[in-house]
Amino acid sequence: MKYSRLIFANLLRKKVRLILTIGSFAVALFLFAFLAVVKDAFGRGADVAGADRLVIINRTSIINTIPLSYRDKILRIPGVKAITHNNWFGGVYKDEKNFFPQFVIDPEAQRKVFPELIVPDDQWNAFLKDRQGAIVGARTAQRFGWKIGDRIPIKTTLYGGGAWEFNLDGIYHGKRPQDDETQFWFQWDYFEEKIPEGVKGQIGWYVLRLDSPDDAVRVAKAIDGEFANSPSETKTQTESAFAANWVKQFGNISFLILSIGVIVFFTLLLVTGNTMAISVRERTSELAVFKAIGYSDRAILFFVLAESLVIALIGGVLGLGLAMLAIPALGKALNGLLPALILAPAVLALGLVVAVAVGIVSGLLPGISAMRMRVVNALRRV
Amino acid sequence: MAIPLIYNVRSVRARWTSTIVAVLGIAGTVGVFIAMLSLAHGFKATLVASGSPGNALVMRAGSPSEMMGGVTLESIKVIADAPGIARDANGPLLTQEVVGVIPVPLISTGTDANVQVRGVSPNVLEIRKFAKVVQGRMFAPGVSELIVGKNASKTYRGLTLGNVVDFAGGRWTVVGVFDAGGSAFDSEVWCDSHILNEIMKRPANIFQSVTVHLQSPDSFQTLKDSLTTDPRLNVDVIREIDYYAKQSTTMTKLITVLGGLVAGIMAIGAVFGALNTMYSAVSERGREIATMRAVGFGGSSVVFSFLLEALLIAFIGGLLGCLAVLPLNGLTTSTMNFQTFSNLAFAFKITPVLLMEGVIFALVMGAVGGLLPAVRAAAMPVATALRSL
Repeated sequence: MKYSRLIFANLLRKKVRLILTIGSFAVALFLFAFLAVVKDAFGRGADVAGADRLVIINRTSIINTIPLSYRDKILRIPGVKAITHNNWFGGVYKDEKNFFPQFVIDPEAQRKVFPELIVPDDQWNAFLKDRQGAIVGARTAQRFGWKIGDRIPIKTTLYGGGAWEFNLDGIYHGKRPQDDETQFWFQWDYFEEKIPEGVKGQIGWYVLRLDSPDDAVRVAKAIDGEFANSPSETKTQTESAFAANWVKQFGNISFLILSIGVIVFFTLLLVTGNTMAISVRERTSELAVFKAIGYSDRAILFFVLAESLVIALIGGVLGLGLAMLAIPALGKALNGLLPALILAPAVLALGLVVAVAVGIVSGLLPGISAMRMRVVNALRRV
Repeated sequence: MAIPLIYNVRSVRARWTSTIVAVLGIAGTVGVFIAMLSLAHGFKATLVASGSPGNALVMRAGSPSEMMGGVTLESIKVIADAPGIARDANGPLLTQEVVGVIPVPLISTGTDANVQVRGVSPNVLEIRKFAKVVQGRMFAPGVSELIVGKNASKTYRGLTLGNVVDFAGGRWTVVGVFDAGGSAFDSEVWCDSHILNEIMKRPANIFQSVTVHLQSPDSFQTLKDSLTTDPRLNVDVIREIDYYAKQSTTMTKLITVLGGLVAGIMAIGAVFGALNTMYSAVSERGREIATMRAVGFGGSSVVFSFLLEALLIAFIGGLLGCLAVLPLNGLTTSTMNFQTFSNLAFAFKITPVLLMEGVIFALVMGAVGGLLPAVRAAAMPVATALRSL
């Protein structure tokens, strides 16, 4: 690169402007990464869902229960590999703002249906033996600083109210970064023992695993058919449909945040690109001198483009690098308010592409006009 | 001595291309700032409007939301006799309520969303006086008829006057549409609470909450003391307005935190843009500044003048940002209310106070972006600057 010294000399001509331009580029890309991560956090669910899992809820609504006695009938339907049942406990730890999902689980089957949520065998065995045992996701454990062996009171207003005591026997981790690590599981037997007579034998929803995802439609129809016209009719759907529906209900919020963000991102880029263009325009007469002493039109275009590309790249890398540092910290700070924030490599790659594209576009316009200008006119302007 | 403001106005106009950079950056930031806050504001306003200070909500002690309550018919009889409750010819103004959620397809996407269905007493309109039936009529007691909120009617498929809908194992006729004055009830469906209990196969004599109309807002304490000290009851009494304000906290916090983060990041970018503009303004006008100094304007006047220019740019940006988001005012959107697992429609609410906050935010950005360049302008040695061109 025989011109590299020239390009760098030009870049460093106004250091404050260079730093500010790189800085605003970095801010724009940081914002880009942040918005992408937030969008991903809101829309999770659907891509965490297993293709081979079905969710069965009461046809009336998610908050109505289904009899436990349905389990054996469902297990007899061909194509069903394993089934677990959950209840929503709806409790809080110490204070109402410490909210997180607690599920009553069927300890026999939970691990078979959710193999991606991993509990070490020794912890799981301790949990099985402990009637008041509980397993908690790593994110929630970290949020409240819980360790294995802790005794945890969970306050609830359902099922007669009061605080239920649990022993923390294990912590589960998701296999993939997007897996939900906020749940709190405890034993069905303990739950059944403590709840009032009238609501015993009722579960919130079933989750089942299929032998093959291809069977989903057939099995779902068979289950809903089996319980049609019974007191508790069921609605069976794939886990991804269930999750997608849930996510859609948050609805426009994430859409709004995103559309605002996208407009803003492009404004920032426009602004930054414009600054770069101005700095080229200021040097019109210099570029004319280059042309006058024999540099080709192409070389001129190259100078301008290279300069804006370097700014865009440095700014982009800086912004995305900052995002890589800041987003895990933000995720920690917002634990409990937002789902886990994950910065995917694809976002970084896309961010770099956007940065380069803006660099090229903002260099191209002034570059072309510099290339086309007539030397005589430009020199006369001084 | 101060440098005339017209000098700044003219120089802003003369260098309009680089001014636009700063103005756009600030306008965008202010726009986002206001949009996010108005969203949080609208959500809160919708829920707060649902409660009136003249009503009180009675739930089982410790319930965070009425969905988790449980009040028996015997307790309700005790509550009805308590002091402080307003009465009319038909007895105490009290509605015993059950709430549930039912999945109904959204008109916009065709996918199911949870609608809150509220079983109420037939005299509910006497208690929630801001709610009015605007189309059709009130439901008749003891039959499966529904009246739907005006937002619910617009948002969900099939919830229109005269239609018959199936849910919860029952067949319901929509006999009326009600307007609850922009509150959360506008997203709900109301019916007779006895019928809802029956059809949803809940215990017949257990309700989730009781809402009473107070003789006057001041009689709340009388009622509360009387109910919470009654050994036959185990209930919490809360002003309806406080109950709904509390419901809005999670979502309001979420929107505010997210919006604050986005606006904060953008503010940094906008300040960079403002700094850039002002620095180039200072360096381009080296000779002008030196001339002003030479004819006797002091250093502080120069700092003040450039700061004023930055503020002027920021002010234009702020106004532009306000104008850009104004069309959002009143735009309805919906989201899940975490406390009830049901869909809630609400509108962006842009208030004059919010707009003012936006402009102040812009001015702060302008001050931050203008100060350093202004100081540099004043610090320029006069003689060299004059000689330089």
